[in-house]
Amino acid sequence: MSVVVLKNVKKSFGSLPVLHGVSFAVAKGEVLALIGASGSGKSTALRCIDRLEIVDSGEIEVCGHMVHDPGLDLRRLRLDVGIVFQSYNLFPHLTIKENVTLAPRSVKKLDRRAADEIAMQSLQKVGLAEKADNYPEQLSGGQQQRAAIARSLAMEPKVMLFDEVTSALDPKLTGEVLKVIEALAASGMTMIMVTHEMGFARRVADQVVFMHEGLVHEAGSADILTNPSTPELREFVSNDL
Amino acid sequence: MTLDFTAILARWQMLLDGLALTVQLAAVTTLTGFLIGTLCAIARRSDVSALRWVASVYIEAIRNTPFLVQIFVVYFGLSSLGFSFSAVTVAIIALTINVGAYTAEIMRAGFDAIHPGQWEAGECLGLSRTQTYWHVALRPAMERVYPSLTSQFILLMLASSVTSQISAEELTAAANFIQSETYRPFETYIVVALIYLALSLAMRVVFWAFGLAVFPRRRRLGTNL
Ligand SMILES: Nc1ncnc2c1ncn2[C@@H]1O[C@H](COP(=O)(O)OP(=O)(O)O)[C@@H](O)[C@H]1O
Ligand SMILES: [Mg+2]
Repeated sequence: MSVVVLKNVKKSFGSLPVLHGVSFAVAKGEVLALIGASGSGKSTALRCIDRLEIVDSGEIEVCGHMVHDPGLDLRRLRLDVGIVFQSYNLFPHLTIKENVTLAPRSVKKLDRRAADEIAMQSLQKVGLAEKADNYPEQLSGGQQQRAAIARSLAMEPKVMLFDEVTSALDPKLTGEVLKVIEALAASGMTMIMVTHEMGFARRVADQVVFMHEGLVHEAGSADILTNPSTPELREFVSNDL
Repeated sequence: MTLDFTAILARWQMLLDGLALTVQLAAVTTLTGFLIGTLCAIARRSDVSALRWVASVYIEAIRNTPFLVQIFVVYFGLSSLGFSFSAVTVAIIALTINVGAYTAEIMRAGFDAIHPGQWEAGECLGLSRTQTYWHVALRPAMERVYPSLTSQFILLMLASSVTSQISAEELTAAANFIQSETYRPFETYIVVALIYLALSLAMRVVFWAFGLAVFPRRRRLGTNL
């Protein structure tokens, strides 16, 4: 059964068409890597899934929520979807633990003890339990990104979206973040990740979707990265090497 | 010219009473003004155009008219509507209305300085708009504009001297009375000016201490946002 389905999704910003009819689906427990040149519409597609952008036409279904429907219950959608961005967006005035407990406490109304427990569990998953009482600015970029992942995980989402979460990091820090995401994939989390890390996509992705000029240009198993059938993907993959 | 403070200092009780009311006016209207100001800043950033419009009219009306005139408008306005509030109540209302408008502009600048990614992060975690304002935006916004807020509320305390005009018996009213009794206006106002100066400095200390309490990150790391 599919957790996320996009059907012929179209989206323009003013007179600039960005998505020209994008379709793909992610099954439960599956990892989908969304790849493509910068400007091809990957972030826009991801943002449409979490209703940060509203589609012009087409359908998006996420965990049973009709995201394209104007009557959508946004709050319940956001309970099921976690999203992490390139720019961490941790709350600078809160400690790491407070960052992680904020939503469980104020959205799920958990008491302090229950929220703390969940927070420490998620921080452990990303290897940051000992940083719980630090402020974001005291952490390295890689640690901040892992904290952002823990913050999302603490809400126990059914699907996680990652938008180039390692693009701001140097190779060493990239490695530690990718390790966390890989462990998450192994634990059965359904994920869509926009990434430029081809080696990582090859290793972890069950499905690869290559976007080109606002359309899904090629899609398939991770094998398409090794044996691309369109010249565009061939060129994209060779550029990356 | 000889300066003689004895007659003035002999009326210390009167000065103390005036000072007490000035402190009360400043303390109460700092709280009410901050509340009104922050709500108006939020209204001004709202998606609802009627709210934006109401807040803008209020803010511009207050920032472009003299405070003394505002006090009279409130004072005579309330009494012609049949209300008979005490001078102190009228002073609190007028000061709140006045400082609320300035605070609204300061807090709006603070909220505007919050990075869009912060609002989005709150939204993505399922926080409502109100919760995002409260948990995510309020303290960083305040921290950014805290020096302006401090100055604004000290100005408010100083502006409370104008409420002597509707015979609120605060510090300046006490001075007016004392100088008319002692015929020592220069000495009287020198003493009162020094009291205001001390009060301003005391407020700075209080704001600094309050800042340490509400911005624990800054207390621990010593860095600004
Ligand atoms: N909020 C926006 N307003 C206007 N144009 C946008 C906006 N977001 C993205 N775009 C444009 O849409 C196109 C696709 O952007 P994006 O989805 O970010 O691509 P990618 O993530 O693949 O690099 C780009 O041309 C970008 O400039
Ligand atoms: Mg992007």
